[in-house]
Amino acid sequence: MSDNLLEVTGLSVHYPGRANWFFQKAEPKKAVDNISFVVPKGKTVGLVGESGSGKTTTGRAIVKLAPLTAGKILYHGQDIGVLSNSDFLPWRKKIQMIFQDPYNSLNPRADILSILSEPLEIHFPQMTREDREARCAELLRSVQLPAEHLRRHPHEFSGGQRQRIGIARALAVQPELIICDEPVSALDVSVQAEVVNLLQDLQEQLGLTYLFIAHDLAVVEHVSDHILVMSKGKIVEHGTPAEILGNPQQAYTKTLLAAVPRF
Amino acid sequence: MLPTMSAEPLLKVQDLSVTFRTGDRETVAAQGVSYELAAGEVLAVVGESGSGKSVSALALTRLLPPEPSCALSGSVKLAGVELMGLTEDKLAKVRGGSIAYIFQEPGTSLNPVYTIGFQIGEAVALHRPDVKDVKAEVIRSLAEVHINDPERVANQYPHELSGGMQQRAMIAMALACNPQILVADEPTTALDVTIQKEIMDLLARLRRERGMSIVLITHNFGIIANFADKVAVMWKGRIVESGSVEQIMRTQSHPYTKALIACIPRLGQRRRRLTTLSDELKVSR
Repeated sequence: MSDNLLEVTGLSVHYPGRANWFFQKAEPKKAVDNISFVVPKGKTVGLVGESGSGKTTTGRAIVKLAPLTAGKILYHGQDIGVLSNSDFLPWRKKIQMIFQDPYNSLNPRADILSILSEPLEIHFPQMTREDREARCAELLRSVQLPAEHLRRHPHEFSGGQRQRIGIARALAVQPELIICDEPVSALDVSVQAEVVNLLQDLQEQLGLTYLFIAHDLAVVEHVSDHILVMSKGKIVEHGTPAEILGNPQQAYTKTLLAAVPRF
Repeated sequence: MLPTMSAEPLLKVQDLSVTFRTGDRETVAAQGVSYELAAGEVLAVVGESGSGKSVSALALTRLLPPEPSCALSGSVKLAGVELMGLTEDKLAKVRGGSIAYIFQEPGTSLNPVYTIGFQIGEAVALHRPDVKDVKAEVIRSLAEVHINDPERVANQYPHELSGGMQQRAMIAMALACNPQILVADEPTTALDVTIQKEIMDLLARLRRERGMSIVLITHNFGIIANFADKVAVMWKGRIVESGSVEQIMRTQSHPYTKALIACIPRLGQRRRRLTTLSDELKVSR
């Protein structure tokens, strides 16, 4: 039990349905409906499903970017789902997120130094400016970008480099768990391979735990120790990559696998 | 559709180059691109962002900024007729009429303020003035891409449709003018695998039924292996390798093609680490 960094039980995120003409309440939209799973420390749990299956909402609900309707989110055994936003702040340091679109997730008007310093200013207010700058340079190096790039702006980087900057920003506050929401799906295959390798290297060096959300089954198979398959807000199947890919039990998983063009 | 089946291929591109000029700087986006496409054939063009694959496809009908910011050279022959140097009026008939395009993000390619039916009808009215009942033609073309309830969809706006439905509507629009060649620029990159399969199955059927040629721009080798006849690999603006699908999937002669195929994770073949491109193969930017 203590091996599980994150334990999610009965998680639901429902959005109110549109009221009809008579102002009667419509059925709520169940984006995530009563799902439970665990993320063991130091491991990667892959979450696959189609658009609209609720996989992104699940990731966002864990870091309070989506409202929780029901359920428990235990982090190191403590329920973080019930915390207010301000009480949650110390946990934000532990749980970071990497987003899909490297073009839209970095402030275009800020240079890389201020993008990377911002989380440090919030979570490590005692740090001096020199310390922060040194830390940002170190962060860039850890994602294999030259430290001289600190003064540049996001538009000067390619998609893959921007995603590295997104990773560096997540690493800034020394998190334990990183929720990667489609981190490589907007990238070229060759860049995708580099970013996937980088994420795996960082996991090894820093002992990180990942919740890896993606729709590309081959990538999820490659990175994951355990795979969850989501459809229509529910987890329909879970298991090791070998179990899910070698012997899928659910019709939905089979459809998903059959749709992947092979070569 | 092709009364004279001579040795002349449907599309013959020779030594096509595209150069962009910004201030004093010149950027060669595509250089010496040559290929042939027969009727009913599918050519896949592979490469990374910045390899020139989209630019060279847009250059076929000069869907690029005007001179002097963008210079084209080379030859593009459609059924023996040279397209380079045609007037805008004549090119406008080719665009959509003989060579139609569909793009990666259907959501941004469709006009948000007009209904789907209006947009398809516009294309039909422009390219096929002989069609009397444009509305019926619109409904027919939506039905052809397997849209259930085409009457309803014709009256909907793009934002009311899902990504897969939007892409179907785009395909319906492209096909409404009976093009000989469809240029599909990453048509499924933004879609889920199951929707991707539906769209690719749809394109395969349309090609079979209509004998339409397709230029498929993609970086998904799975799709290429299952769908294309020929492959051209682009790297830094040039075609570095081309051949039949069987040939390229079996043995790759250019190191870039080898490396590109090697870095793709494959289902059921778990490796400890993914292969990446070596520095000299990376498209430098």
